[in-house]
Amino acid sequence: MSLLNLQLKVWRQNQGQPGHFQDIQAREIPDHASFLEMMDIVNERLIQDGGDPVAFDHDCREGICGMCSMTINGIAHGPEKATTTCQLHMRKFRDGDTIWVEPFRAKAFPVVKDLMVNRSAFDRIQQAGGFVTVRTGAAPDANSILVGKEVADAAMDAAACIGCGACVASCKNASAMLFVSAKAGQLNSLPQGQPEKDRRTLGMVRQMDKEGFGNCTNQYECEAACPKEISVRWITKLNRDYALAAAKEAFVGVQEHAEGGD
Amino acid sequence: MSLDSKTPSGPMALRWSKHKQDSKLINPKNKRKYTVIVVGSGLAGSSAAATLSELGYKVKCFCFQDSPRRAHSIAAQGGINAAKNYQNDGDSVHRLFYDTVKGGDFRARESNVHRLAEESVNIIDQCAAQGVPFAREYGGGLANRSFGGAQVSRTFYARGQTGQQLLLGAYSALNKEVARGGVEMHTRSEMLEVVVVDGHAKGIITRDLMTGKIEAHAADTVLLCTGGYGNVFYLSTNAMGCNVTATWRAHRKGAYFANPCYTQIHPTCIPVSGDYQSKLTLMSESLRNDGRIWVPKNKADIGKPASQIPEADRDYFLERKYPSFGNLAPRDISSRAAKEACDAGLGVGPGGRGVYLDFAEAIGQFGQKTIAERYGNLFEMYEKITGESGYKQPMRIYPAVHYTMGGLWVDYNLMSSLPGLHVLGEANFSDHGANRLGASALMQGLADGYFVIPTTIAPYLVTQTPGNVTTSHPEFTKALEDAQGRTNKFLNIKGKRSVDSFHRELGLMVWDK
Amino acid sequence: MARDKAGLTEALKRIPELREEFWSNVKVPGSGAAANPELEKAGRVADFMEFAELLCHDALDREESCGGHFRTEHQYDDGEAKRDDENYCYAAAWEHTGDLSKPKLNKEQLTFEEVHLSVRSYK
Repeated sequence: MSLLNLQLKVWRQNQGQPGHFQDIQAREIPDHASFLEMMDIVNERLIQDGGDPVAFDHDCREGICGMCSMTINGIAHGPEKATTTCQLHMRKFRDGDTIWVEPFRAKAFPVVKDLMVNRSAFDRIQQAGGFVTVRTGAAPDANSILVGKEVADAAMDAAACIGCGACVASCKNASAMLFVSAKAGQLNSLPQGQPEKDRRTLGMVRQMDKEGFGNCTNQYECEAACPKEISVRWITKLNRDYALAAAKEAFVGVQEHAEGGD
Repeated sequence: MSLDSKTPSGPMALRWSKHKQDSKLINPKNKRKYTVIVVGSGLAGSSAAATLSELGYKVKCFCFQDSPRRAHSIAAQGGINAAKNYQNDGDSVHRLFYDTVKGGDFRARESNVHRLAEESVNIIDQCAAQGVPFAREYGGGLANRSFGGAQVSRTFYARGQTGQQLLLGAYSALNKEVARGGVEMHTRSEMLEVVVVDGHAKGIITRDLMTGKIEAHAADTVLLCTGGYGNVFYLSTNAMGCNVTATWRAHRKGAYFANPCYTQIHPTCIPVSGDYQSKLTLMSESLRNDGRIWVPKNKADIGKPASQIPEADRDYFLERKYPSFGNLAPRDISSRAAKEACDAGLGVGPGGRGVYLDFAEAIGQFGQKTIAERYGNLFEMYEKITGESGYKQPMRIYPAVHYTMGGLWVDYNLMSSLPGLHVLGEANFSDHGANRLGASALMQGLADGYFVIPTTIAPYLVTQTPGNVTTSHPEFTKALEDAQGRTNKFLNIKGKRSVDSFHRELGLMVWDK
Repeated sequence: MARDKAGLTEALKRIPELREEFWSNVKVPGSGAAANPELEKAGRVADFMEFAELLCHDALDREESCGGHFRTEHQYDDGEAKRDDENYCYAAAWEHTGDLSKPKLNKEQLTFEEVHLSVRSYK
């Protein structure tokens, strides 16, 4: 194990106030440490020296909860492909490196403090249709709904999205299309999701627009940054589903809200 | 005091049905008058909040994360058990019940375990209907895998992320109810106190983690779905935020804490590599099917690369001690044997806290391609964290705290000894006894939330006048002041040591002793 | 993983000392009126400090080995866990008394009507 000396440029900001970069020396960082453990060490020293520790979101630290969210050297979750910030390790950096650490930036993700942002817009998009309306206890036997293996596997590919927001942070327009298309796509491609497909698609896309996310201009930075390697083909599917649903709405009418749907 | 578990009598297989039949009901018009607080939004919390809202109760749900979807249920990999018998291999509710009681080393309550086994089948139906992408066979039916402690194949799974998919299912049900207006969701809110009025839990005090505002919330009953206490050891496989605060504050207000000494240690975790380490990562124990576990026989060989230690100087200690089970000896036995070897000074890697898990023989026998097909994702994860390739040199593993079977004591209705306080999922003590079988944690969280509490909450609520306690009650004022006072106290100590340094020291103390 | 009386007694002595130091020497920067992760951690660790003591009391009280709880004093010659169904077939439900060093033990006796008590064996 070797030790690294690094120069950090960390975004500092309090809610509702302008932010700035702060220079922080990260000395003698074990190269076996994860990026967040490096931040732990930095914070512990800041506390000892009477400074203000850097606030950042994190929880499971095994790449599945989607809480961690740092833009490292301009890349959401940092330079390693298919890796969340918590799974990025310091051996990927070199002694003497300067590392820029920023929050996931987007108009729809306001900064709470330093590197913490508010991603509740994602929850509201899900509330606008990211579900199958099935009452607890009203489900038929699981094997009465057959789902072909290929269909189930594809749905699982979409379902692997951890809702971290790297797609938004990496997009020059701060578009949430990869996230929304994965969430809608999972349910829209399964037989269980068919009855509400149009309502779901219209509801989720419109809520996404309302939250202030930008438009997708097909640059696909999102796929490159996604720690779960969600494919942009889900965006194609969402565009198709949306066009169909919007056309149907124009001609026949689609009920957008859950009330009275049954 | 003798504890009344309120367990129904009669034949085991009929108890739950009988209890449901005998339980009081509340008519839909009156349900709307009751407010239920749900603390925690993991499998137990989300499923309970969604289902109670569907039934017509007013629900307020709280979680400390920025979204309910991030609760630590998400990290469960392997799967969820259910007595569906889709494999036609002789499984049944009785067999799942039997395996769970025995696996728990006869320290669980039989009636609860039987109910759990009965509800297991409904869970799979519910989740499949929500669109949880379970693994399927080519014919479209659900696939199963085998898991420890059972002779049948009854584990349902969604790739290596069953926990995340089940939680996203429960979260989608929760979202449906938030959209309908039945659930008021409070994210980034941490519970600091339970408020007790005239001996009953009638609300909570929370801190908004974005603004710091301390607030009071009143309800007719409170549900704690706040998970386990594994982080008392500092290093565990739990998420960083997992904590005992909700259950401990409730304990201080009168809820009994049952069997806290029952903690589960998982043998195949990636070992600690230094003092900076913040958590431990679990690798599926399926690795033990092909990996051989060993340490050097001689202390002189400890620092050498594994490849330079000849076969004769290696101690395959599990194969030696348990010739019939070998490397597949049960979790607790394997964990203890690894610790003994390390305590004897034979451990490998940083700090001597590790044993080898060696795939050389399996690679020689089946080829690297086959081993990669079986465990590729685990080898990748290991390499990401350690920077070493498990194909080229043995992996190093060490046991870590994984799950806690103890928790707040609850009766058959999931109510604690503090009236009005219900406890669900890992936070209660009820179903796993002294040891939990693999793929049973997800099952318990969802059984409690989707199917048990929606029935067992009514017998308590009918004894209460809805809405008769509000946050203007003096007990709320006092609890608010206490919580604010405690917060100020932390800030005013202005000592010399960081919180983490205390936590690390405490963890080592509890782990070593 | 393996506990014994001496170790648990030692822990029960040291945990209250550490707790006392915590309450006089912890450093929590920042303010209570904003996002403050260190303050959140302080609250959680303060509770772990109290809970840890109860965990050790329970482990000391349970003079048997079962499941995840292994007391080195209670094992068979081959190292298998030795349960004591005669004396410990209960759930230990601890009551807070206001004094963390003296929790009160309440017992729920466990009865096994369907699955008969037996020793787990892996041989």
